[in-house]
Amino acid sequence: MLSADFVIATAVGYVGLLFVLAYFGDRRARTHKKSFLHSPAVYTLSISVYCTSWTFYGAVGNAARSGLEFLTIYLGPTLVFVGWWFLLRRLVRISHLQRITSVADLLSSRFGKSNRLAVLVTCIAVVGIAPYIALQLKAVTSSIQAVAGSSEFGQGSLAGIDDVGLAFGIAAGMALFTILFGTRHVDAKEQHHGVVAAIAFEAVVKLAALVAVGIFVVYVGGGFENIFSQAAEIGITMDAENTFDARWLTTLGLSVAAIVCLPRQFQVTVVENSDENHLRVASWAFPAYMLLMSLFILPIAVFGLTRMPAGSNPDMFALTLPMAFGQDALALFAFIGGFSSATSMIILESIALSIMVSNHIIMPLVLRYSSGGSGDGQGMSRMLLIARRFSIVLILSLGFFYFFFTRDSDALAPIGLISFTAIAQFFPAVIAALFWRDASLKAATAAIAAGFVFWVWCSFLPSFESVSPRIALLMSQGPWGISWLRPEAMFGLEGLDPLAHAAFWSLSINVLTLTVVSLLTTQSALERIQASVFVDVFKRGQVARGNFVRGSATANDLFFVAERVLGERRAAALFEAEARESGVDPDMLEPSPGFIGRLERELAGSIGAASAHVMLSKVVSGSEVSLEEMMQMADETQQVIEYSQQLEKTSAELRSTAQQLEDANVQLRELDSQKDEFLSQVSHEVRTPMTSIRSFSEILLDDQDIDPGQRQHFVSTIHQESLRLTKLLDEILDLSALERGERAWDNVPIDAEAALDRALTVCEALLRQRGMKVQLGERAQRTMVEGDADRLCQVFINLISNAVKYNDSDTPLLHISSTVRAGSYVVDIADNGPGIGKRERKLIFEKFWRGPGGVADQGGAGLGLAISRQIIARMNGSLDLVQGPLPGACFRVRLTVLR
Amino acid sequence: MAIDVLIAEDEPSILESLDFILRRAGWTISAVTDGDAALDAVRRLKPRVLVLDVMLPKRSGFEVLKQIRADVETRALPVLILTAKGQQQDRRIAEEFGADVFVTKPYANADVVGAVRHLLGRDAGTS
Repeated sequence: MLSADFVIATAVGYVGLLFVLAYFGDRRARTHKKSFLHSPAVYTLSISVYCTSWTFYGAVGNAARSGLEFLTIYLGPTLVFVGWWFLLRRLVRISHLQRITSVADLLSSRFGKSNRLAVLVTCIAVVGIAPYIALQLKAVTSSIQAVAGSSEFGQGSLAGIDDVGLAFGIAAGMALFTILFGTRHVDAKEQHHGVVAAIAFEAVVKLAALVAVGIFVVYVGGGFENIFSQAAEIGITMDAENTFDARWLTTLGLSVAAIVCLPRQFQVTVVENSDENHLRVASWAFPAYMLLMSLFILPIAVFGLTRMPAGSNPDMFALTLPMAFGQDALALFAFIGGFSSATSMIILESIALSIMVSNHIIMPLVLRYSSGGSGDGQGMSRMLLIARRFSIVLILSLGFFYFFFTRDSDALAPIGLISFTAIAQFFPAVIAALFWRDASLKAATAAIAAGFVFWVWCSFLPSFESVSPRIALLMSQGPWGISWLRPEAMFGLEGLDPLAHAAFWSLSINVLTLTVVSLLTTQSALERIQASVFVDVFKRGQVARGNFVRGSATANDLFFVAERVLGERRAAALFEAEARESGVDPDMLEPSPGFIGRLERELAGSIGAASAHVMLSKVVSGSEVSLEEMMQMADETQQVIEYSQQLEKTSAELRSTAQQLEDANVQLRELDSQKDEFLSQVSHEVRTPMTSIRSFSEILLDDQDIDPGQRQHFVSTIHQESLRLTKLLDEILDLSALERGERAWDNVPIDAEAALDRALTVCEALLRQRGMKVQLGERAQRTMVEGDADRLCQVFINLISNAVKYNDSDTPLLHISSTVRAGSYVVDIADNGPGIGKRERKLIFEKFWRGPGGVADQGGAGLGLAISRQIIARMNGSLDLVQGPLPGACFRVRLTVLR
Repeated sequence: MAIDVLIAEDEPSILESLDFILRRAGWTISAVTDGDAALDAVRRLKPRVLVLDVMLPKRSGFEVLKQIRADVETRALPVLILTAKGQQQDRRIAEEFGADVFVTKPYANADVVGAVRHLLGRDAGTS
């Protein structure tokens, strides 16, 4: 006869054994890298932590109540491992490359390393798993109570302790056990080889126990057929009618999600995985394990229903059947098997959750609010361990409280499915994380949050129905009497199984939100990077696979950095050139050290050598957290560069516009003042002859008695002044027309020498009158230039007459020469007059400028040189004042010779 | 040998007309054709009135006027400014420098004679 005391003692002893196993497992794993602990068998066995006391006890109960439905819980994982193992491989590869520690970390990392998302996922996981933990507590409690029975002896020291007290004791013991097991040290990779070894051992124990009970039942019952026929005789059949209904499909779907997303499954399958190839073995071995586990479930359930008294708990058949047959040893073994499945689940689940809680919630808070005094690694590691221990206590407390509030419901399986539905909320985001590039952080966060809200309303809340009358009322009438918000009949969807209803709404809303929000929102740079890291993990995997330099930079990473600093075009050109040189497709480019060096130099050109080096070495060494900072840095740098370039451009444009305006203004003012000056000059030049004309006219009009000689003189003065006035007006019009480009002539080939000869002939009289000697220097032969003969002659006449007019020498002398030099026809007209002072050299070609003495009696208006210069310019030549052979002025006409 | 009117004018025909009309009015006349000569003649000939053209070679009419007004001996000499530039600007400068009458070319003979007469009369009254 078993007693509770003995059973508890055995359990404690068993835990001690596990602890020793874990301890030596850890040491062995550390010293022997190739030990069997790293074998696929241990890996597969550890994955079977999926089979908890829910399986051990609950599946039998489930089978007894609902027939084949229990199988779905195994079918889902089987589908994943057999059919979807590529998904697991992807998950494992990414998690290794990115050093993922949990499902929260996975989602956070994929969606732009958002800590908020990690916190959300962690909180949901902790709350969602609480029913699952409660299930284990309940199973262990029930099993101990089943052993104790109602006899005085059986209860032993448990007498007077109710199930709550027992469950509390178990929870406390589990917490202590888990803390001792899982938080002895912190490992960077979050791998716990010792724990895994113990879990694998427990997997063997629970399978052996269940198989032993199964074999016993089949033996006692006289074979499979006998058991089923005996049951049929008393009206017990495995009801197959409900198979493949909504609930069936829901459970199948939920178990698919659970095998991927359950924190402990993620921990053993992904985080604890030391070799991707172990997945190949697990892909058949784990389904095989589950098959063995489920093989005897039906016989045990049916046999229990047939033999056990009515009203006994079908969940406990695996334990109570051997007891009923007096097989205490087998019963004890069954108890240890159930205990194994419960402890392994609790240990791993709380380790996985505590990693999430401490990494994503507690540590960020500590880091934010700590004074920074404990910055050394030792303090940090201790802090982390304390955080983990605290988390484990918290998680088991939540489980206990859930147990406390829902202890009146007796079936195990439904409780587990509540947790499954909660955890399934991560599944759409996880799938999107692995396969859908456009899934965004906002979408994932919103989807998970929305799914969780529906889960709380439709699944979590209803589980308290039997405890709280208010919740019962809420369930039957809806909040504030709104019937379409009833938790199990949302939006009028009635008559559906509550589980299927909750899963349908929460997951539909979840997937819808994820899809729509992703399509509506844009990703941040880091999200895009991480998306491509995740989605393209096998495209870019070669680097890590080939020589396995952990965190070595991929071309993709480098490109993102380069793009931010250099701009897309330059970066693309650089990478394409490199790809051409190394003869590979740009997408397959593997950055060589040489290329990284070249890239660094390119970056240095934009952001300085130091920054470029820091930036690239961060990418190359693969420090993930600083990748984010680095991207920010690059983005900011780029923005600053763009901004300053823009500013520079704008200010340059402004400067040039201002300069143009100023120039235009100066020009306008210049033109305006020139116009004023010109009008003023014209006025003056016109007034002078007019004065004489008017004055002499008045004299002649007033005074009739002037003698004829004088009268004649005055009349001739009037006439001369009139001529002067006419000539002045002609010149003004001529110059103005020349300046405006009017009165143009066609430049035709002319003989320049002939024009010069003609001018000398015209001026002969004037020269003779002044007694001016003409000294002819070198003369060119007949020379053809482009121009107008009359106009050229006009220029020569003007220059000669100026030389005559302004010459005050006693022996006036004119020197004229013409040569052809270097394709130019050059005429120099020099005199021995006063010359032109330095100050006036600039002025002589101005309008109305007359000789330095301002001599009036030369009769010119001061327009001659201005006109001459215009004429020569129109013949594409030049008229300049040069240093001449005589002391006076020397004007030089230069024209291009025609060939 | 004091004279009545000194003319400083570089345009020969204008000088001739001025000389004619002022002589005909009965005054003794002397003439110069540049600024330096004008200053020299003012000191030397001590004219009672100066008819001064602005656009003179060597030294402009305004400069001559400034010198005359700066010298104690010649400060009181009545000056008639003649200019072909009828601008406000010239008239203002002339007044600033202390010109007594400002006449623009082309002038009416009667105006010049009237102005000179007025200046000579004032000169007679004060001296």
